[in-house]
Amino acid sequence: MFGLARQLARMGVLGLNRRNAEYTLRYNPRRLYPLVDDKLATKQLAQRAGIAVPELYGVVEENHQVRSLAEILEQYSDFVVKPAHGSGGDGILIISGRLRQKYREANGLLMSREELGYHVSNTLSGIYSLGGQPDRALIEYRVQPDPLFEAISYQGVPDIRVIVFLGVPVMSMVRLPTRMSGGRANLHQGALGAGIDITNGITLTAVWRNDIVTEHPDTGNTVAGVKVPGWETLLRLASRCYQITGLGYQGVDIVLDKDKGALILELNARPGLNIQIANHSGLLPRLNLVEQNHKRLNGVEERVAFAQKHFGASV
Amino acid sequence: MSRRHLYFLALSLTLIGLCLFLYKVLVLGFPLTPHGISDIWNVEARITFVAHNKPVKVSLFIPRPTRRFAIVNENFISQGYGITTATEDGDRQAVWSKRKARGQQTIYYRAVVRRVSAKKPGPVLRPPEIENPNFEGPYLAAAQSLIAEIRARSSDVDTLVKELIKQLNKPQLDDHIALLLGKQSSISRKVKIAVGVLAQAGIPARVVHGVRLEEQNHNAPLLHWLEVYDEKQWRSYDPITGESGVPPDYMPWWQGTQELVQLRGGDKLQVTLSVNLNQEEAVRAATESGRIKSPLLLEFSLFSLPIHTQAVYRILLLVPVGAFLLVILRNVVGIKTFGTFMPVLIALAFRETQLLWGIVLFSVVVALGLSIRLYLEHLKLLVVPRLASVLFVVVLLMALLSILTHKLGLERGLSVALFPMVILTMTIERMSIVWEERGATEALQQGLGSLVVAALAHLIMTIKQVEHLTFVFPELLLVLLAGTLLLGRYYGYRLLELRRFKELVKGST
Repeated sequence: MFGLARQLARMGVLGLNRRNAEYTLRYNPRRLYPLVDDKLATKQLAQRAGIAVPELYGVVEENHQVRSLAEILEQYSDFVVKPAHGSGGDGILIISGRLRQKYREANGLLMSREELGYHVSNTLSGIYSLGGQPDRALIEYRVQPDPLFEAISYQGVPDIRVIVFLGVPVMSMVRLPTRMSGGRANLHQGALGAGIDITNGITLTAVWRNDIVTEHPDTGNTVAGVKVPGWETLLRLASRCYQITGLGYQGVDIVLDKDKGALILELNARPGLNIQIANHSGLLPRLNLVEQNHKRLNGVEERVAFAQKHFGASV
Repeated sequence: MSRRHLYFLALSLTLIGLCLFLYKVLVLGFPLTPHGISDIWNVEARITFVAHNKPVKVSLFIPRPTRRFAIVNENFISQGYGITTATEDGDRQAVWSKRKARGQQTIYYRAVVRRVSAKKPGPVLRPPEIENPNFEGPYLAAAQSLIAEIRARSSDVDTLVKELIKQLNKPQLDDHIALLLGKQSSISRKVKIAVGVLAQAGIPARVVHGVRLEEQNHNAPLLHWLEVYDEKQWRSYDPITGESGVPPDYMPWWQGTQELVQLRGGDKLQVTLSVNLNQEEAVRAATESGRIKSPLLLEFSLFSLPIHTQAVYRILLLVPVGAFLLVILRNVVGIKTFGTFMPVLIALAFRETQLLWGIVLFSVVVALGLSIRLYLEHLKLLVVPRLASVLFVVVLLMALLSILTHKLGLERGLSVALFPMVILTMTIERMSIVWEERGATEALQQGLGSLVVAALAHLIMTIKQVEHLTFVFPELLLVLLAGTLLLGRYYGYRLLELRRFKELVKGST
C-alpha cells in the first residue's frame, strides 16, 4: 500500500487533500467563488469579456414564475434548464423537443408541464445547490454538438475540460457521454473521459469509472487519435478565463457547437482529479513547472505557447 | 511561514496538555484508570417544587452513618432557606424552611459516602418498641390467621420471616394476603405489610429504604427491604427472595413508613436521587496523603460541578474524540459520509441503544423514511414542506418502533427515541437526492460509510478508559486538537484514493 503511494507520488499524482490545501485554498480566494458557483454570474462575466457562451433564454427566480414557465418557453422547442448553483452536473435537464403539451427529454422520456414545473421549483428551493441555499433556474440554448465526437459518444453533448493554472492550460480531457451517464458529460455519472494532448489537441486513452479503456463502451469506436480543430483558439479561450475570474486554479468547461463554435459552458473552482487518469500522468510536475515560471509569462499568447511547449503527452 | 506557525501552535498545545497531564498524574497522583477507586460515592437528592408565596417547609430524610457506610461530607444547598437537622428514632432528617417563597424552587442534598469494612455488629441492648400495626376488623383476623399459618411451618424467627416473604411473593396469593395487600402489590407495600404482620406476632421489624451505589445513575430508583430484630441484633431480608442480608452496595437511606420528602406550602414536588462513583475524593485522598494541599487545579476542575452537569460533560468531552476519528476517516482514509458530523451524533445515540440495536434501529428508520420520501417525490411538494413531512414521518416511525418493540418485549427498542431526529431527516433527504442523482449504489455506499464511521466512533467513545481520561484529564483534548490541526495539513493521498488511481500505476509499469 505504501509502495503504491510512493509510486503515485513519483508520478506526481495530485490527491484530494493536496489539491484542497495547496491549490484551491491558496490560489482561489473565497470571495471569487461566487463568480463561478453562480452560473448566471459566470455567463454575464464571460459575455462582458466578449467570450461566447450559450444564449440565455430566461431566468426563473421566484416560485410564482413557475406558473408562467410555459409562456417563457413558448417560442423554444429545445432548451436546457440548469440550477445557477448546481455542482457536478446535478439538476441539469435537457429538453430536445416537444410533443403536444409535453416536453421530450434528451434521453427520450416525455415530461409533462407539471413535472417540469416541479423540477424548476425544486431547483429554486435549493436541493441541487451546494449549501442548499435558495437558487435560481437558468433556461438556455441547447448546444448542438459538433459531429467531431459523434463516433465516440452516446447521445448528449461532449465537453472539453481544461485545467487552467495561473492562466496556463496544464491538462485537458474531453468528457464523452455514455448510455450509463444518461447523455450527461459528468464522469461520476458514468461518462467517459479521454485525455487530450495539450500540444496538438489529439485525444489519448480514456478513463471510465476509474478504469483505463481504449474504446467507447457503447459505440465500440477507438477513443484515441481524434484531433480537435482550432485547438489553439480553444486553449486561448481557456487561458482568458483566468483573467476574467482571477481564480488561480480552475477547470474550464468548453463545448463545441455545430454552428457557434467553442462556447464556455461553465467554470469550476474545484475541478476533479480523474483527469489525471485520462491523461495517464500526474498534475503535480506540470503545476510545479507553472509555479516556477508564471511570473515570466505575460498574456494569453505566452502562456498558451508555454503550455504547448511543455505539456505534450510524451513529456 | 504559516507552516512553521502551525507546527509551533501544535507543539505548544501538546506541551501544555502533556505538562498538565503529567503534573496531575505524577505530582498530584490522579488515577490513570477508572479502577481501584471504587469505595467512595457521591449521592445527591434533588428536590424541586413550586411555591406559592407562602411559608415553605421541606423535610427530607437523609442517610445516617451505618456500620457499612461512613458519611464523609455533606452539603445542603438551597437559596435563602434556613436549615436544621435532627435525629429521631435512628432516622436523620433535614428541614429547610422559608417564610416566603415563590415559583420554581430547587434544593440539593449532597453527600460523600465511603464504604468501610463491616465491623461485627454490637448487640442492641434494649429491645425496640413495637409499633401497633393498627389492623382492625377483617384485616386483624387475616393477619392473625396468616401468623398462625406461617408459625406452624417455621421453627424460629428467621424461618418465620422467610416463610412470610415467600407467602407474600407467591404468584397466586392466598386470601389473607390478598386482603392485606389490597390492590397494589409493590415491593414497598409488601415490606410494609410484612412489618405489620410481624408486629402483630410480637416481632420488632422495620422497613428500610435505600439506593444502590452504582458507578453512575442519575435517576437511581429507591429500593426497599425488611429488617427484623432477632437475637439482639437487626437482620436484613431481601423482600423478594427472602434471603437474609442485602447486597453490599445497598446503602440504607431512611427507615419507617414515612415518605422520603414532606412538603408544606408548595406543590408539584419532584425528587430525584443520583449516585456516582466519586473520583475526586479518591484524587483528594491521594493528594492529602501526598505533598500538596488543596491544589487550585482541583477547585477549578470539572469535579466542582453538580453531579448532573458532570454526567453531561462526561459525554460532551467524548465528542471531540469522535470528531478526531472522523477527521482521520474522512481525510486520511477517505470514507464518504452524509453530513460532516452526523456520524458522531449517531454514535452518541448508540451509547444508549447499544451498538447492534443502534445499527438495526438506524437502518430501519432510514430505510422506511427513505421509501416514504421516494413516495413523496410523486406528490411534487416544495422542499421545506417535504422536509417537514419527512420529519413527521420519522418521529411517527420512531414512536411506532418503540411501541412495537415494547410489545415484543424488546426494551432496547424504546431507546430509538434518543436518535437525533432532525439529523435522521436530513440524512434521509440527502440520501434520496444522491439516490436519484447518482444512483442507488452511491447512496448505499455513503449510507454504509456513515454507519461504519458511527460504529467505529461509538466503539472508541465507549471505552471506559477513554471516558475516564477525557473527564479526569480534559487537557488531553489539547493534544488531540494539536493532532487535528496537523491533520489539517496532511497533503498525502487518502487511502481510498490509492485504489482510485491504481490504474495509473499499472499502466505506467
